[in-house]
Amino acid sequence: MTDILYPILGGLCIGLSASIYLLATGKIMGVSGLLSQALFSPPSMNTKWLPLLFLIGTIIGGASYGVLTHQTVPFPDPRSPLLLIASGLLVGYGTRLGSGCTSGHGVCGISRGSIRSLVATAIFMLTAILTVMITK
Amino acid sequence: MMIFITLLCGILFGVGLALSQMTNPAVVLGFLDILGNWNPSLIFVMGSAIVVGVISYAIKNGLQAPWLAKNWSVPTHSHIDAKLVIGSTLFGIGWGLSGYCPGPGLTALVNNPQEGFYFIGAVIVGSGIFYIQNKRLSKA
Repeated sequence: MTDILYPILGGLCIGLSASIYLLATGKIMGVSGLLSQALFSPPSMNTKWLPLLFLIGTIIGGASYGVLTHQTVPFPDPRSPLLLIASGLLVGYGTRLGSGCTSGHGVCGISRGSIRSLVATAIFMLTAILTVMITK
Repeated sequence: MMIFITLLCGILFGVGLALSQMTNPAVVLGFLDILGNWNPSLIFVMGSAIVVGVISYAIKNGLQAPWLAKNWSVPTHSHIDAKLVIGSTLFGIGWGLSGYCPGPGLTALVNNPQEGFYFIGAVIVGSGIFYIQNKRLSKA
């Protein structure tokens, strides 16, 4: 039961976060977009500092890992920097070219019935599954 | 108020990732490994998040404007182009290589720093390459 309880609780928090963000600011909560704004937008409150604040909040919230719940799966042994860098470059470039990641397309986009987001999510799920099949 | 709400949403999002163990790339890779020892938890994470999201869009449709802003800034175009397809393909490959997407990658800066710094550093470079390329294209 706790196998699905924590994923559901976690999903509710993520959904609630996206919902409050939408209803309060009028914007889509997408982490890749917020990161890009925090990095490259001109320095003003709305375009740069608020996105940065959201991301700092995410890091703070994420640090509760293992505090709020016990960790049931151990972290992987540290993997090669080369693999992590290749992965990061593809994620950074790909999410900008494709206008979104798991949060923006996968959660927010599907919630509002966007066909673009549905297609994007199907593609990145499929290519991620294929990548795991090949590299494992 | 905007500052408080933004920080609250960020923390709530991070807590959600932590509660659902999406902060751990081993759990995410376990979900993507459909032929191996499959871990279905991400379905419940996305499923429950989307249920809440659908309710929020129903609420939004009854509102003239957001609580703290003048206008809605939700994308309206529905055109599926090569950028969307190629970008999502590249993102999926990167996600499958490490098990990190942007949100969990950020939390790894604290939870698993020996991996998080390499990953997020490269994400910043990757989005930077796109930003520069895009700027040049829009100038030309």
